[in-house]
Amino acid sequence: MIITIPWLKEHLQTKASEAEIIDKLTNIGLEVEGVKVNSGELSEFKIAKILKAEKHPNADKLKVCDVSIGGKEILKVVCGAPNARDGLITIYAPPGATIPKTKFQLKIAKIRGVESKGMLCSPSELNISNESDGIIELKNKESEIGKSYFKNKSEKVIDISITPNRADCLGIRGIARDLSATGIGKFLPVKKKKIKQLIKNQIKISIKKDPDQGCVAFGGCYIKGISNRESPEWLKKKILALGLRPISAVVDVTNYVMFDLNRPLHVYDADKIDKEIIVRNSKDNEEFEALDNKKYKLKKGMCVIADKSRVLGLGGIIGGLSTSTELETKNILLESAYFSPVSIRKTARELNLNTDAKYRFERGIDPNSIIEGLELGAELITKICGGHASKFSITGKNSKKKKSIKFEIDKFENLIGIPISINEAQKILLSLGFKCKKGKKDLNIEVPTWRPDINQDVDLIEELIRIKGFKNIRLIEPKKKRENETLNYKQKLFHLSQRSLASKGFIETVTWSFTDSKIDNQFSQETKEISILNPISSDLNVLRRSILSNLAIHLKRNQDRGYEDLSIFEIGPTFFGKNPGEQQIVVGGLKSGKINRKNWIEKERNLDVFDIKRDAIKTLIELGVDEQNLFVSDSTKKCYHPGRSGSITLKSEKGPQLAYFGEIHPAIIKNLDFKEPNIFGFEIFLKNIPEPNKKFRQTKKSFHVSDFQKSERDFAFVIDKIFKIGILEKIIREIDNIIQDVKIFDVYEGENIPKGKKSVAINVSLQADNKTLSEKDLDQISNKIVEVVKEKTGATIRS
Amino acid sequence: MSDLEKISSIFNAKIDTVKTKEDLQSIKTEFFGKNGQITLQFKNLSSIEPEKRKEFASNLNKIKEDLTNQIELKNSELENLEINEKLKNEKVDVTLPVRPFQQGKIHPVSQVIDEISSIFSEIGFSVAEGPDVETDYNNFTALNTPDDHPARDMHDTFYLEKNKKLLLRTHTSPVQIRTMINGKAPFKIIVPGRTYRCDSDQTHAPMFHQLEGLHIDKSITMGHLKGCLDYFIKEFFEVKNVKMRFRPSHFPFTEPSAEVDIGYRIENKKIVIGEGDKWLEVLGCGMVHPNVLKNVKVDPKKFQGYAFGIGIDRLAMLKYGINDLRAFFETDFRWLNHFGFDPLDVPTNYRGLSK
Repeated sequence: MIITIPWLKEHLQTKASEAEIIDKLTNIGLEVEGVKVNSGELSEFKIAKILKAEKHPNADKLKVCDVSIGGKEILKVVCGAPNARDGLITIYAPPGATIPKTKFQLKIAKIRGVESKGMLCSPSELNISNESDGIIELKNKESEIGKSYFKNKSEKVIDISITPNRADCLGIRGIARDLSATGIGKFLPVKKKKIKQLIKNQIKISIKKDPDQGCVAFGGCYIKGISNRESPEWLKKKILALGLRPISAVVDVTNYVMFDLNRPLHVYDADKIDKEIIVRNSKDNEEFEALDNKKYKLKKGMCVIADKSRVLGLGGIIGGLSTSTELETKNILLESAYFSPVSIRKTARELNLNTDAKYRFERGIDPNSIIEGLELGAELITKICGGHASKFSITGKNSKKKKSIKFEIDKFENLIGIPISINEAQKILLSLGFKCKKGKKDLNIEVPTWRPDINQDVDLIEELIRIKGFKNIRLIEPKKKRENETLNYKQKLFHLSQRSLASKGFIETVTWSFTDSKIDNQFSQETKEISILNPISSDLNVLRRSILSNLAIHLKRNQDRGYEDLSIFEIGPTFFGKNPGEQQIVVGGLKSGKINRKNWIEKERNLDVFDIKRDAIKTLIELGVDEQNLFVSDSTKKCYHPGRSGSITLKSEKGPQLAYFGEIHPAIIKNLDFKEPNIFGFEIFLKNIPEPNKKFRQTKKSFHVSDFQKSERDFAFVIDKIFKIGILEKIIREIDNIIQDVKIFDVYEGENIPKGKKSVAINVSLQADNKTLSEKDLDQISNKIVEVVKEKTGATIRS
Repeated sequence: MSDLEKISSIFNAKIDTVKTKEDLQSIKTEFFGKNGQITLQFKNLSSIEPEKRKEFASNLNKIKEDLTNQIELKNSELENLEINEKLKNEKVDVTLPVRPFQQGKIHPVSQVIDEISSIFSEIGFSVAEGPDVETDYNNFTALNTPDDHPARDMHDTFYLEKNKKLLLRTHTSPVQIRTMINGKAPFKIIVPGRTYRCDSDQTHAPMFHQLEGLHIDKSITMGHLKGCLDYFIKEFFEVKNVKMRFRPSHFPFTEPSAEVDIGYRIENKKIVIGEGDKWLEVLGCGMVHPNVLKNVKVDPKKFQGYAFGIGIDRLAMLKYGINDLRAFFETDFRWLNHFGFDPLDVPTNYRGLSK
C-alpha cells in the first residue's frame, strides 16, 4: 500500500514529522517497507527530438538516431522502433536511468558495433500505457525539449506492507485512523457531500438468487451528460503517486476512491449496457473480454455482472472491455458493491487474476461503505466532468449486523503480562472506531464494520497492545531448568552421524529434498517416482527416493570444477511414498578419485570398495552398533556395481538393513558422464539402528585381561575361490575362547594354487586366562583350527 | 715422585691423546690388563712392609678409582661423538609436505542447529520433528488458515496432488499441530527442520530451514515470550546486550503476533549484531491463537502460550558473515570447505558455542 504524507494529512490533522509518522506506522504494525522519491528517477526522462534517423550499418531493423535534448550536444542513440524518424519528438532516457517497467538500469552500450547513449522509450516501458509497438510520439512539445517529461513528481511515497488481516488499511483513511490512535494526530471526519440528485437511475439492477451468490449488495448511480476528460493535476498526481497511470477523470476517480477509502468502485459506459444490469452466476464456458485485453473463459458459478446479452464484468475483480468508458463517454453507471471474500477468491484463483479490487474484496472491505463510495465518486465525477447524478439505487442487503464483544479487562494482563486500565483500553478502542460501554471490570464493545478481523477477546488484546506498544511488555527471564531430555535417541544418532562422518574426512552438504527424476530413477530403480505438481524447474521435479541422487549431481559439478578426490555426505530425508511420514532419514556419502594423488611420500592408488566399507562400518560402530552384530553380505541394490558392493544387516542376513556400500554402478557413471569415474557410495538407514534399552555403561563387560604370555600362529589355507573370507574368519574366531584375534594378511590366487581355489594367509593371536600356553597347547589348538576349518569349509593347509 | 704418582701422570698424558675406542681399549689393557701397571701394583702389595702397606693400598685404590672414572668418561665422550657423527648423515627435510589427510567439515546449517539446540536445551526445550510432506490441514487449516484465507497466498506452496491436499510443508508450524494433538499439555518444544516454498531467486531458495518454538502451559504470557527470545538472541550471537524491537504483525496462528527486529551496525563492511541504529528482521512470533488450541483439543481456558519461527539459514548467514543463501545448497566444495566447521567443534554450554 502506497501513501503520501499530504494525502494522509487529508484525513489526519498532525504536526508530526515524516520520520515520526514512519516510526509510528511501523510500531503499530503497518510496516514501512520503503520510502521512495519518484522524481529522482523519473526526472531523468527528458523530452527529446530526433534530428536524424538512419539505418544501423549492421542491422536491418535498428536505426541510429541523432537526438537533441535542447543543448548543443547531439546524442547518438540506437533505436529499434519502426516509428523512429526525423523530426519526431519523443522521450529520451539517459545512461543511469532505470526503466520503470523492466527496472533495468541503462548503461552506455555498443549495439551491433554502434555505441548507444541511452534509449528512446515506448509508452509501455514508462508504464504509461500498454503500447509497446513504437516509441512515444509527443505533439506540440517542441518548446519543451530538454525538460523532464514527468512533472510534479517530487512527492515522497511511503510503501507500507499491510498484513492480510488489515483490509481497512488498504485505504489511506484507515491508515490515518490507526495513526490517530497513537496520539500523533486527530482523525478528521469525512466532509458531508453535496450532490444534486434530481434524476432517477435509468438502469434497472437486479441480483439473481443463484446458489452461493457472491454479490451481497449492489449500489448504483447513473450520471448523465458528463464530459469525460483528462484528470486535473491534483488527481493525476495522486494516481501517479500510487504507481498507476492516469487514464481519464472517470477512471481515475474510481481508483482514487479505492485507495482513499478502501472502497472499490466500477464505472460503466451506460450507453453500452443492454437495457439492465443483472448480477448472476456465470454459465459454463461463457466468455468475456476484460479490461486487461484478455479473454477469459468462465466456469459455472462465478459471480458476474451482466446485461441482457452478455457478461460485462467479473464482480469485484475486473471490468469488461464492452462497457468500458472512453473520453467520449456521455452517460455512466457508477457501481459500488459488496462481494463475499470467498467468492472473489475462488473466482480469481481459478482464472489466475489479481487486481487491486480483488485484493481488497477478498480481504473484506467495509460492507457499509457502499453509499459512502457512491457519494465521493459521484461528487468528484460531477465536479470534474459535469453531468447530473441520479438517486442511488441499492439492491440487496445494505447493512450487516454489527458484532459485539464483552471484553473482561483482566484477560489483557493474563495474556500479555502487564495490566491495562479500563480507561486506557476504552480510549484506544474508541480512537480505532470501536464503540465501547464501560462496565466495572469489562467493556461492552461494538466492532466497526470495517474490521472483519476482530472476532474475539484476543483480537481486542492485540489491538490494545499494538497501540500501547510492545516495548512496554516487561520481559520475564526464562528459568534454567530441564525436565525432559533435549534429544531423543534418533535425534542423537542424527547429530552423531554428522560428526562421525566429518571426522572421517567427509564434507557435509545440504541439498534439496527434491531432485531430477532422470537421476533419481537410476539410484532408485526398485521404487516408483514421487512427482511434485508444480516444481520450480523440470530438473527438480520429484521428491528424492535416494540420498545419492543429489550427491551424484553435485559430485559431478565439483569434478567439473576440477575437484576429483572428494568425499561428501548428506543426512536427510528420502521418500518412499507421497503421504506424510512415508520418509526416512538416511545418511549417504559419495567419494571419488584417488588416495594420495600426486604425493611425494605415499603411494598413489585408486579408491576401492574397502575404503567405503571402512567408512560405513566405522560409522555404524560409532553410532553404537556392536561390531560383532554387523553382518556383511554381497546382496546389494541395483545402483551399485554388482561385484564390488555389499550390504550390512543387523546380526544376520535377514536382519534389519543397516547400510549399503560399494562402487557406483558403471552404467550410472557413464550416464552422468563423470570426469573421474572411480566413485563409491554408502547409505546408512538410521531408523534400523536399534535403540538399546540400557545405557552403554550398564551393559559394558567388566574389565578383564590376561597376564600370561600371548602367542601367535600363522596359517595358509587353500579354499574354494567363492568361499567368503568373512565367514571363514568368523568360523575361526568361534573355535575357542583362547583365540583373541584373527587377522587376514594375504589373499592369493594364481600360480601354484589349483584353479577354482584361493590361498588365504591368516594370523591368529592366542592367549589363555590361566597360564602361559606351552608348545603342546599351541600345537593342539593349531591342529584344532586346521581340523575345524577343513570340516566346515573344505579348506586344506597349503603345503 | 712415587711410583703411583708416576703411573698417574703417564696415564693422564696418554688419555688425552685418545681418539678412538680402540685407543681407549689399549690404555685400559696397559693399566688394568693382566700385566697392567695398576694390576701389577696390586700384585706387589704383599711385598710392601706391613707398616707402610695400609697407606699404600689406600693410595692405590684412590688412583684406580680415578683412572677408571677417566676411562668411563672418555668412553661416553667417544660414544657421543660417534652418535653425532652418525646423525650428521640422517637429516631429512622436514619442510616437505605433511602426510596427506582429508579434513571433513560440518555444514553451517547443521552447526547452527546444534548451537540453537544447545541454547534452548538450557531452558528446558526438547526437540520435536515432523514429516516434510504434510496435509493441507496440518499446514494451514489447523493453524487457523482456512482454505479461503488470503494468508495462504503468502506461502508459495509445492503440491503433490491435484486436489492440493498433500504438500511440502511451507513452515515448521504443522509440527505444533502434530505435537499437541498427540500429547498432553504442557508443551515446550523447538522444531528445527526443512521447509519449502516454490520461490527461487537471490534471497529465496525453494528449500530453507526454520526453527519453530512452542511453549504452552498455564499462565505463559507475552512477557515469557519476550524473555525467551531475548535470552536466545543474546546467547546465539554471544553478546551481552542486544537491542530488540517487537513490531506488531499478523500470522493467522498467533494473536497478538509480532515480528522481531534486532539492532545492528556495519563495521569494516561486516554486520555487528547488538547495538547500532539499523534494524534487521530475524523472526516472527506471537501468542498461540485460541482457535489453534481448540483444533488440537487443548483447552484455551486452561492453557496458553507462545510460538515463534526463525529462519535458521538467515541466522547462520548473520552470525558467520555468509552473503548468499543459495550457496548453502549448492555443494560447492570450496564454499563448504570455507564456511564448514571442524567436526570437533561441538557447540556446548561449557566450552562455548563457537570458537
